[in-house]
Amino acid sequence: MIKKNRKKLVVIGNGMAGARIVEEILSREPDMFDIAMFGAEPYGNYNRILLSNVLNKSQDATEIFMNPLEWYTKNHITLHAGVKATRIDRENQLVIGAPMKKDALPYVASDAGLNAAEPIEEFYDYVIIATGSRPFIPPMEGFGKPGTFAFRTLDDCARIADYAQDCKRAAVIGGGLLGLEAARGLLTHGVEVTVVEAAPQLMVAQLDAESGSMLKSTMEGMGVSVQLEKITAKIAGEDGKITHLEFKDGTTLETDMVVVSAGIRPIVEVASASGLVVEKAIVTDDQMRTNDPKIFALGECVQHRGRIYGLVDPIWEMANVLADVITGTNPDAAYAGSKLGTKLKVMGVELASMGETKPASPSDEVVVYREPRKGVYKKLIIRDDKIAGCILLGDIEAAGTLMQLFFSGTKAPERRADLLFGAPSGVSLLKASDLPDNTQICNCNGVSKAKIKDAIDSGCTSVAKVGACTKAGMGCGSCKTLIAQLVEAYTGSVGGDPSEHFYVPGVPYEKSQLVAEIKRRELKSVSSVFAELAGGVEDPASKAGLASLLNTLWPGEYEDERDARFINDRVHANIQKDGTFSVIPRIYGGVTTPDELRRIADVAVKYNVPMVKFTGGQRIDLLGVKKDDLPKMWQELGMPSGHAYTKSFRTCKSCVGTDFCRYGLGDSIALAQKIERRFQGIESPHKMKLATAGCPRNCSEAYVKDISAVAIEGGKWEIYIGGAAGATVRKGDLLCTVDTHDDVLKYMGRFMQYYREHGRYLERTYHFLERVGIDTVRKIVIEDSLGICAHLDAGIQKAVDAYKDPWKEAELPAYPAQFSGPELAAVLEVAENNG
Amino acid sequence: MDNTAKYFLPGALVVNLGSVENISKGQGRCFVVNGEEIAVFRQRDGRLFATQNRCPHRQGPLSEGIIGNGKVVCPLHAHKFDMCTGEGEGHECVSTFSVREVQGNVVLNLKAVEKQLETATA
Repeated sequence: MIKKNRKKLVVIGNGMAGARIVEEILSREPDMFDIAMFGAEPYGNYNRILLSNVLNKSQDATEIFMNPLEWYTKNHITLHAGVKATRIDRENQLVIGAPMKKDALPYVASDAGLNAAEPIEEFYDYVIIATGSRPFIPPMEGFGKPGTFAFRTLDDCARIADYAQDCKRAAVIGGGLLGLEAARGLLTHGVEVTVVEAAPQLMVAQLDAESGSMLKSTMEGMGVSVQLEKITAKIAGEDGKITHLEFKDGTTLETDMVVVSAGIRPIVEVASASGLVVEKAIVTDDQMRTNDPKIFALGECVQHRGRIYGLVDPIWEMANVLADVITGTNPDAAYAGSKLGTKLKVMGVELASMGETKPASPSDEVVVYREPRKGVYKKLIIRDDKIAGCILLGDIEAAGTLMQLFFSGTKAPERRADLLFGAPSGVSLLKASDLPDNTQICNCNGVSKAKIKDAIDSGCTSVAKVGACTKAGMGCGSCKTLIAQLVEAYTGSVGGDPSEHFYVPGVPYEKSQLVAEIKRRELKSVSSVFAELAGGVEDPASKAGLASLLNTLWPGEYEDERDARFINDRVHANIQKDGTFSVIPRIYGGVTTPDELRRIADVAVKYNVPMVKFTGGQRIDLLGVKKDDLPKMWQELGMPSGHAYTKSFRTCKSCVGTDFCRYGLGDSIALAQKIERRFQGIESPHKMKLATAGCPRNCSEAYVKDISAVAIEGGKWEIYIGGAAGATVRKGDLLCTVDTHDDVLKYMGRFMQYYREHGRYLERTYHFLERVGIDTVRKIVIEDSLGICAHLDAGIQKAVDAYKDPWKEAELPAYPAQFSGPELAAVLEVAENNG
Repeated sequence: MDNTAKYFLPGALVVNLGSVENISKGQGRCFVVNGEEIAVFRQRDGRLFATQNRCPHRQGPLSEGIIGNGKVVCPLHAHKFDMCTGEGEGHECVSTFSVREVQGNVVLNLKAVEKQLETATA
């Protein structure tokens, strides 16, 4: 199988880094190299991260192998398992190794365990050193005797587990991540475990003092003893058995066995012996190259820009770069160093840690949340508005988002609490630019991030333009913030398109300016607005928004040009995917009668309605209706329009309240009916769904409605605004608490009018409320801080008075062919050549 | 009605769709001719347009769309088309037909504009 012209690559080290780099190279160029690997351990490579699972018996050793021996054969890799590379003969381009003697520890520095008489040599064009690290054994007397162990390899696990069978007590020296993992493993072998740590806290690399001490309490609660600030001077024993530890402070600890897990040190002997530059570890440049251009290194044995890494993520990053470089896929690939962040479980305690654990200067912002009883601790260190460090203990739900923000160096949101607890609106804190290219951004229209990126690259510099080009954001619109982020990320500025601030795209005014101009010029029709304010160009995408605004501004006086309306508002029914319509009559407060139901049934039968369905708003929907049938059905129903097709007050849902419910505190049905009768048909920037609840059990889902009233003990009603349970889910904010139904109507109406006057077209109340702020709204509509409450009350009253049931047009259509379906026409003649 | 055909090129399939007043100003209507659905629009400035009725995206009825400035917006998902050329955004497009007002009537040539051009150049 060895082809000519293949370069010879020798990889020294068969651990996670060695295996990973080979995988990365093969995925790029499967036929470029003949590969030989040296591995001091007698196995294929395994996932060292899972060693503690093997020790605590939750996984079998065979389960943690990453690449079985067949993988090497299949990929034509020569594996020298159990052979340690000792030197690189750089002059003759040879890697020289020696077989390990049986039972020799693979990671010891001395050559004593080697069978130097049978050297193994491999010629190379390139070498990659991935020797990893060995356990660090702090200077102490007695390590190495039977019953003392390091914790690094599968064989270590087996030996520890075997020895623990005859022990009652075990000591683990080292209170870092691995030490605690070892302690967890030992517990399952039925021994009493004490963790001994030299520092004043556990996990000093990942935690601060407070979280360290909380973790200590949690560990002790699980039966692990912890001794801090203890430096072991001697492991003492008698008759070949360990008896106790002697600490430098003179105290002792009885134990039958000792596991040392006090950190790791890079394995660099092969590099030193070959004349490569070694400082704390093997020095490489950004392309993972040593001072010999034919020799590379990666993983824990590497010192890059002065730093050494002991986690797996940096290895993956290094492997990516090195594979790009060595295969020529991207000769300029460069490793810029890694930010460190880990999520892990220590003895069942969830923990996430990233970056720094302590503030570096007084200007660093430190945000801390603690709930000691539950063992929950959250800490953020924020520098220049970015996350410089974070500790999450006990509750790490926020870790995913925080890690994204941390690794990408993204600006943190203004409300720091959102970082630890999530945003109340449910809006993702993630930067869209960090998401993978294939992520679907617009779930309504199925537009991926890559597609949006292409659109931006081809000149779409605003959310509106991206939408026009890709349809992203044109569905429910909840992804528009993400699209804006992408535009900002790829062009450096948000929406260079001023039209985004316009009330409608085709008339160059923001809402307040537009309202002022319309009032000043007394423009009462959509066409007059285009004529006076848009140079006579009738932008179709702007018509419906203008119609809605004019109707609000000129109640009763608005010159209603029907062509400016969306089809639903022309025919007072909701258009369906097949071009048919739906009919939803108003059922006040969801209370109907047998007679009404009978009429609905009769109509449904007579007009062959294909589907009769209950809506979420406690009404009945007749679906699949032909346009021509609409007026006849309305007349025969004898019920008013439910306005389920338009941007207006929709419905007020209700629970049974005090009439029958044994928990009801307030008459929610009567209130809902009053609300519906008063506000039916009131147009607004977007739809308004309301509800009343007779008690805080909220059976009518009032807390997630645009506007709602909830009865509470004492005969009072709470009014909530800005709730949502659609594409966005949001609990409404409490606007005020009032005593009577009339007061509920008054404040609801006042808020509605304020929203009608100031909401942007197609801006739901929850977006409006988040934009304006509940405090501001409360000041304006409750405390009358602007002195406009009388005006608002008069405005909504005028709109209420102007209400006409649109279904009355069944008797007198507003224009010819309003309800006509397709008309048949016949070809009359074929033109002849009469020229 | 005998004269209407002279306003079209030879070979045109001419259809009289009746009075322009049957199409409300600024709106469209759907006509079915030879089994084919055709949307005819009457812009506020009096101009007439005709396109295939079904949107190529999800078959929305374009005749129910809002129009203006020579464009129609599909009522289902707001895909927009030029009523004159049939061009949409991206790669979508619809067939268009020549249509004109003759003595107060809407008169349509059922041959789609592109087909007509093909015939003319053939």
